[in-house]
Amino acid sequence: MAAGVAAWLPFARAAAIGWMPVANLPMPVAPTEKNKRQDELIVLNVSGRRFQTWRNTLDRYPDTLLGSSEKEFFYDEETKEYFFDRDPDVFRSILNFYRTGKLHYPRYECISSYDEELAFFGIIPEIIGDCCYEEYKDRKRENAERLMDDQEDNKDSKLPNMTFRETMWRAFENPHTSTMALVFYYVTGFFIAVSVITNVVETVPCGSSPNQKDVPCGERYTVAFFCMDTACVMIFTVEYLLRLFAAPSRYRFMRSVMSIIDVVAILPYYIGLVMTNNEDVSGAFVTLRVFRVFRIFKFSRHSQGLRILGYTLKSCASELGFLLFSLTMAIIIFATVMFYAEKGSTSSKFTSIPASFWYTIVTMTTLGYGDMVPKTIAGKIFGSICSLSGVLVIALPVPVIVSNFSRIYHQNQRADKRRAQKVQKARLARIRISKTGTSNAFLHSKRNGLLNEALDLTGSTEDERHHNKTTSLLESQHHHLLHCLEKTTNHEFVDEHLYEQNCLEGALQNYTSRSPSLSSSGGLTGTCCSRRSRRKSAHLPNSAMSPGPPHGLQELSAVHIHRSDRPPLSTSRSSLNLMPDEAMRLNCKSGQITTAIISIPTPPGTTPEGDGHGPPSPSVQTTAGSSVVKVSAL
Amino acid sequence: MGALMVIFSLQPKQRNKRTDSVEDELELSAVRHRPEGLEQLEAQTRFTRKELQVLYRGFKNECPSGVVNEDTFKDIYSQFFPQGDASTYAHFLFNAFDTDHNGSVSFEDFVMGLSILLRGSVQEKLNWAFNLYDINKDGYITKEEMLDIMKAIYDMMGKCTYPILKEEAPRQHVEIFFQKMDKNKDGVVTIDEFIDCCQNDENIMRSMQLFENVI
Repeated sequence: MAAGVAAWLPFARAAAIGWMPVANLPMPVAPTEKNKRQDELIVLNVSGRRFQTWRNTLDRYPDTLLGSSEKEFFYDEETKEYFFDRDPDVFRSILNFYRTGKLHYPRYECISSYDEELAFFGIIPEIIGDCCYEEYKDRKRENAERLMDDQEDNKDSKLPNMTFRETMWRAFENPHTSTMALVFYYVTGFFIAVSVITNVVETVPCGSSPNQKDVPCGERYTVAFFCMDTACVMIFTVEYLLRLFAAPSRYRFMRSVMSIIDVVAILPYYIGLVMTNNEDVSGAFVTLRVFRVFRIFKFSRHSQGLRILGYTLKSCASELGFLLFSLTMAIIIFATVMFYAEKGSTSSKFTSIPASFWYTIVTMTTLGYGDMVPKTIAGKIFGSICSLSGVLVIALPVPVIVSNFSRIYHQNQRADKRRAQKVQKARLARIRISKTGTSNAFLHSKRNGLLNEALDLTGSTEDERHHNKTTSLLESQHHHLLHCLEKTTNHEFVDEHLYEQNCLEGALQNYTSRSPSLSSSGGLTGTCCSRRSRRKSAHLPNSAMSPGPPHGLQELSAVHIHRSDRPPLSTSRSSLNLMPDEAMRLNCKSGQITTAIISIPTPPGTTPEGDGHGPPSPSVQTTAGSSVVKVSAL
Repeated sequence: MGALMVIFSLQPKQRNKRTDSVEDELELSAVRHRPEGLEQLEAQTRFTRKELQVLYRGFKNECPSGVVNEDTFKDIYSQFFPQGDASTYAHFLFNAFDTDHNGSVSFEDFVMGLSILLRGSVQEKLNWAFNLYDINKDGYITKEEMLDIMKAIYDMMGKCTYPILKEEAPRQHVEIFFQKMDKNKDGVVTIDEFIDCCQNDENIMRSMQLFENVI
């Protein structure tokens, strides 16, 4: 029950009178308000600022500090007010939560101070309203990341005893930790640059003999270039192997992007070594050399900006994908149109639609090479439309990418959308749990309540009841209301788990029970009940319980109550109505007790008495001559 | 490009819809109801001044505009029955409270209804219950009306019940009710039959006194 509508509970209870003429069973007794006092104003003094509210307002949330008796610790006798030495600004939001039922997070407030106040007053942050929850979560995440960064910095500064492997890994990841790391960093950077320049210069035609055409330098100084290449690849291989050795999780390292780039960069050389003289494959081998250009990507380890660019592109992947798709659509449309427009003209370059793709792309990106131009009038018209629309379409993705880049750059890794969804799911799950907690609270207190009364009747001592949680008056009134509804409809609330079990077991009418009788001597039942009722289990008898289980343990849904000085009750249900008040109370309670399912081992030799069948409602049977009231639920 | 043009052409329609909803919102916020004075309500109902104050504070908290419309009413009532669907029964309750049938329950309606339920004589309470069951307010409770009410009550239980709720449970309950109440077996229950029968039923009499000290 939402405590925000607690003020309407009296109305709901009054409206329950509408069920009374319809109900066939007597209603349970209403919970009495033991110390009912008039609603009064209480003063909350928070660091000098006085807040006043009704006591009932605070009582709406009994599991918080202000709603429970915990606030009595802060009561100041002289000034007759509750004094809290906390932040009055945040307290405003907290008090508004009691008043309106919605908790808001003020944007100007620091997230950690807000969290502390919430924790002090016993309020869970998950109930922050939807209007403020996103902001709260974002700030909390930023704070957590900042804390993590701080921790990492601290970790770097102090040097616990790390293994050689760990120091090496740290040196690789963060070159500023030691001079060796810095040296290594610059050396690898240098060799990457050398390797890239070598690849480039290799293809430049340098100096030629007059009778030959220009030869690329690579073929002229083959040996020199080969030595350079070998040196670079050796350095890269050593570096890769060292990283592999130092990585804390080798499998994860091998899957990472950087390691794949490393492998792709050095692989062509080794493949080249392996198949040197095979003429057929060497053609393919030459193209493999193009992968050497991937060595330039190794620079991303050295440059933060490059990494951010990569993240940007990754995060804009969906926008880029959509734009690519719309671009493709536009290209196909215009290519088709141009093809058919130019079909008529002679010696047209637009030989097919795919051939027109080239024209469309060149025109839309405003390149305009001029190798393909339309000649017909219709072609020229559509060509101009194509180039105009190209400007629009190409210009669209740029602001998106730019804004993404700047956002990432400033925040230095924004959380994934996927992570936010998971947090949202977790939050909804928590709220759902607390909501089902309220409906479960009814079932739970029902069980507790009945046990309490059962123990009452068996005359048990106080300390057997101590495990009960005291529910607030509001809760007990609400539970009484639900109880009246149960009595009206003659059905009981169960939780989902039990309900599904029931469904699986099929019709319970087929349950032939020998009812449960421990109809032995009166004195025994008293102690039996008090002992067994504590062993309450929430399982319903399952259908596997055919008559006569071999192990002798029978799950019953019965409780025996010893009443030694009551006249025997008749078997009919309607006669219950004629019983005096106390007996009616007893019957009500015994009716309630049916939900406490108790496992009682059948002592050998007891004869089943009576019939376990009956309408699916509590029925009361007696054994003639004894004053044991046996109540079974089936 | 063509797609963009199509999208632009669709815009004007949406703008019309938006202006409509703005007008609706203005209408809603303009409805404000202030109840009659405290003295008048004290005279008309059986509540004391303090009780009226407490009631009004709770009422106004949930309905700042001063009136409850049916949706808010259903919403509030449903919060007390988390396991089932209380909206049908809330609909009938709403009609029972909305005595002048203007589609909203003001504080006067609310407090008059509560006065009958909590401080009224048994006769008045039974009258109120009859009024609740008589959906079309024609003075007779037919089986169909009773069945509707019964289904609404059973809906509040939800589906996780023990024993499992069957389809004919409300109908059976209605049969039992009619057997008890319909003395001349003419298929309808009049107000006199109803009151007579309830006064002879101890259970019902006792349960009517159950909520005496709710406020």
